[in-house]
Amino acid sequence: MALDSKIPKGPLADKWTNHKNHINLVNPANKRLIDVIVVGTGLAGGSAAATLAELGYNVKAFCFQDSPRRAHSIAAQGGINAAKNYQGDGDSTYRLFYDTVKGGDYRSRESNVHRLAEVSTNIIDQCVAQGVPFARDYGGLLDNRSFGGVLVSRTFYAKGQTGQQLLLGAYSAMNRQIGRGKIKMHTRHEMLDVVIVDGKARGIIARNLVTGEIERHSAHAVVLGTGGYGNAFYLSTYAMGSNVTAAWKAHKRGAYFANPCYTQIHPTCIPVSGDHQSKLTLMSESLRNDGRIWVPKHKKDVEAIRDGSLKPTQLAEEDRDYYLERRYPAFGNLVPRDVASRAAKERCDAGYGVNKTGEAVYLDFASAFMRYGKEQAHVKGLNEDDDALVRKLGQEIVKNKYGNLFQMYEKIVDQNPYETPMMIYPAVHYTMGGIWVDYNLMTTVPGLYAIGEANFSDHGANRLGASALMQGLADGYFVLPYTIGDYLAHDIRTGPISTDSKEFDEAEKSATEIIDKLVNNNGTHSVDYFHKKLGKIMWNKCGMARNEKDLKEAITEITELRAEFWKDVKIPGEANEYNEELAKAGRVADFLELGELFAKDALVREESAGGHFRDEYQTPEGEAMRRKEFQFVSAWEFKGEPKDAVLHKEDLVYENIEVKERSYK
Amino acid sequence: MNLTLKIWRQKSAKDKGKIIDYAIGDVSPDMSFLEMLDVLNQDLIEKGEEPVAFDHDCREGICGSCSMFVNGQAHGPDSMVTVCQLHMRSFNDGDTIYIEPWRATAFPVIKDLIVDRSAFDRIQQAGGFISVNTSGNTQDANSIPIEKENADNAFDAATCIGCGACVASCKNSSAMLFVSAKVSQFALLPQGQVEATDRVMNMVKQMDDEGFGNCTNTGACEVECPKGISLENIARMNREYLSASFKG
Amino acid sequence: MSGILNSSIGRKFAMALSALFLMVFLLQHFAINILSVFSPDTFNDASHFMGTFWAVQYLLQPVLIFGVIFHFLMGFVLELKNNKARRVSYAKSNGGANSSWMSRNMLLTGLVVLAFMVLHFIDFWIPEINIKYIQGDMSGLMDPNVAESGFRYYEELVHKFQNPLRVGAYVLSFVLLSLHLLHGFNSAFQSVGANNKYTKGLKGFSKVYAIGIPLGFVFIALFHHFNH
Repeated sequence: MALDSKIPKGPLADKWTNHKNHINLVNPANKRLIDVIVVGTGLAGGSAAATLAELGYNVKAFCFQDSPRRAHSIAAQGGINAAKNYQGDGDSTYRLFYDTVKGGDYRSRESNVHRLAEVSTNIIDQCVAQGVPFARDYGGLLDNRSFGGVLVSRTFYAKGQTGQQLLLGAYSAMNRQIGRGKIKMHTRHEMLDVVIVDGKARGIIARNLVTGEIERHSAHAVVLGTGGYGNAFYLSTYAMGSNVTAAWKAHKRGAYFANPCYTQIHPTCIPVSGDHQSKLTLMSESLRNDGRIWVPKHKKDVEAIRDGSLKPTQLAEEDRDYYLERRYPAFGNLVPRDVASRAAKERCDAGYGVNKTGEAVYLDFASAFMRYGKEQAHVKGLNEDDDALVRKLGQEIVKNKYGNLFQMYEKIVDQNPYETPMMIYPAVHYTMGGIWVDYNLMTTVPGLYAIGEANFSDHGANRLGASALMQGLADGYFVLPYTIGDYLAHDIRTGPISTDSKEFDEAEKSATEIIDKLVNNNGTHSVDYFHKKLGKIMWNKCGMARNEKDLKEAITEITELRAEFWKDVKIPGEANEYNEELAKAGRVADFLELGELFAKDALVREESAGGHFRDEYQTPEGEAMRRKEFQFVSAWEFKGEPKDAVLHKEDLVYENIEVKERSYK
Repeated sequence: MNLTLKIWRQKSAKDKGKIIDYAIGDVSPDMSFLEMLDVLNQDLIEKGEEPVAFDHDCREGICGSCSMFVNGQAHGPDSMVTVCQLHMRSFNDGDTIYIEPWRATAFPVIKDLIVDRSAFDRIQQAGGFISVNTSGNTQDANSIPIEKENADNAFDAATCIGCGACVASCKNSSAMLFVSAKVSQFALLPQGQVEATDRVMNMVKQMDDEGFGNCTNTGACEVECPKGISLENIARMNREYLSASFKG
Repeated sequence: MSGILNSSIGRKFAMALSALFLMVFLLQHFAINILSVFSPDTFNDASHFMGTFWAVQYLLQPVLIFGVIFHFLMGFVLELKNNKARRVSYAKSNGGANSSWMSRNMLLTGLVVLAFMVLHFIDFWIPEINIKYIQGDMSGLMDPNVAESGFRYYEELVHKFQNPLRVGAYVLSFVLLSLHLLHGFNSAFQSVGANNKYTKGLKGFSKVYAIGIPLGFVFIALFHHFNH
């Protein structure tokens, strides 16, 4: 099947408006006759469910957590971008569009990104109207901060809990519709398969995680807002339950999977402390506004710091290597995430890591304390030369901005970041890749949509900070609810979809078979045993830097691990009860397939772009080397085994932006 | 370090549960409490026993999934943390640790340490929202300035993660802190004024219908709340409710 | 408005209002009693006024009785309801880590105070009602037929405090009343929705009240016990 991205004709800035003016609509009376399933209740799924219900569709929403409010969007810290230009610093829709395409290393679709930039301003208006308590200045107006990879302040925030506040906003919008009976909410339910009837997505198979019951749910369209697949790496900043199952099952039923190898490794996470580690914790990128990243200049100091004989605060300025400021003077500590992560890896690989494992760099706020403190002392008419006072005043300001992050760091690491610099190291954080969708956010399966992180559409090869929240809400509130009408307009006479069909029988049977096999396997190793092994392969061979040899080995190793998993995994308990090991096993089984496709995609992409860095393709200075012939989206079609997947290419055309070498120097 | 764990085990909502003792060794002080339980669970699985079921997801203190009563306190002895951020350095070698689910009639046990907190969702559905459609045609976000103090207080109230530690800690299993956090968030914002009367009446009614107890102002909720939600919110809800009642 | 007592916050509010009323009453009661230490005559005059003035007797007294009964009954109702909200209790609960003993034991302290009130009624109120409304002696004199015999109130008070057992019961009750008030005073303000910048000052005042007033009653009892 040829890929048709359905990008509307016309000038870039008018495409979305024109498109909305010309697509089919469903009249309010007919919307009542149409059911839509939304899987996932994060920013994308939650906002989509709420808006579809407001429009009048009957929504059936699903989440595996015990409440829609717990979706992992809640953990996003730093902020949400919008081209409001409230700061008057020259921001505009075009600039947001430009920054996002450039930040994505010219691997995203122009039309989608421009639409995202256009609706970004609506999101802020909408959220404020919903009662989302964004940070404000003393004049009562909204405050902004600056994020990596851009030269303006366009990020709206609510301390270090922006994702939480936005998600609770979407959750409240959902609650309003649940209260009205327009959304039927199914919590503690996991989608196990999508059901295709006559070539169209018409329902899902879900497992009730409390009773173990397998359920059939039908609808006229199915929307996946099921997030990313970074947990393939085992250790990541994702929630423990985040998984690829819904997306992967959709892929196996015909949805192409795009750019699986584009993974974001976030530069500022708390380093791994030991083998027992179950997850990694992010420290918001916003910290790079005020923190300076460094390692010691000399190996002897590194040794001294590692054995504890030297404290980082004792090291003189001239003996420190502020490597981001050194390498990228224009953007300094605010380079995009991929660049910052690789630079940290480069220093640590060269032996300058500052903790026992050699995998950590410093994020230091000492100069921010002094800078803010001086300002405060000046404002309050206090002695600007009293260092202790200035430091204390400065710490108060920093505490106001990032208090919860500093507290979190101290709880986890047991060191006070006001006294000693934070230690950070990159960790898997987001996947730009995902299910391929067209301009309408529909996958290659008619009636099956993917929104938010679950799709691939807007971030190219690297996502800029504070853009994930923007995309999730844009898709859910302002894009999908329009575009889905174009498809559903043909379904006004279809009537309710029966779950009593051979397609539902078949899908349920296939889901049940997997569960039976897992429960009765009687192997010797737990699910985590395999998951950790997969994580090691992914991190070591498909991580921040990749090469042909490693990737080929990864493919072999993952294939072997998958076979071992199915032979030897051990699941205690029964299928018809609450059984977390069983749920985990199903998810890991899918990661074991996705991981292979991931490596295959990385192997085929013989260039470096954004989060995908191939050792073989770098400039003499060690920067990513993009190649013109790879200016396409890789969309993979499932053919029975991950290794047999067939590559389809969607060429990326840049008419409104000049494709340049991405430079942050 | 070596520890003795006394954990509530209950196969399902219908079964009777009891405390079972487990010994665990080699616990590192850098482990989180849940990672310590992971180790226990891996041992149990290896031995062919069922692992201890508990709710957890983000493991960074924000999703509000975790719900354990550790040694007589919601989320354990450390303050301002959820149990996923509680680290083993808070305990000593040889300690005995009680691990129980939240106890409240409105939070029935599903399995082991997992309880059903859907009552919280139903309270939110009764009025925890502002009725504005997501049409994108709302007025500009900066058209209504909001006094910084009110905006900050609204934010502080809005940081509630809905974990239920307030209910678990309260000797009366009262949900007032949870409900008041939402009521306060909207009461402090101009956008929330329009529906203020109905909101507080409906949410409190739902709270009562769910079978939560009555607040007696012991303040335990505030102390145990991992997000430090203040009792002032309960006072504000009382005011809102009383003035709404007198309005009729 | 009619259904306010059916809601949790409504009941809380009613509990707080009755408490505030009782606390005002307690203050007033104390103000008169303390006179007995300084000036028996003034005490007698005040007691006679309170005991015979129509507004006090026919208006405030019924309200007071209602307030006392309401406060206790509502306290029991709430306790019962609250117990139902947690049917399975914790194997280990460390309430001391997050709340004061007083706040967790209002029922206990309240019951002791209730027991004291029964004693108090038997000691003072019932005889008083008997003399005034059954025997019809509204004079307040020691001997109703002798105008010069003087008011009986002070003598009665002194007489009651001769028995060390009774004094002991009084002292114990007021200690528990103090504990009850240490939580109850602030709690009442919180319940009616007063928690603001004045709360800190109010907390300080509540300590003075909750300890000072019961201590004052104890002092009066001991004073008369040891001075006569």
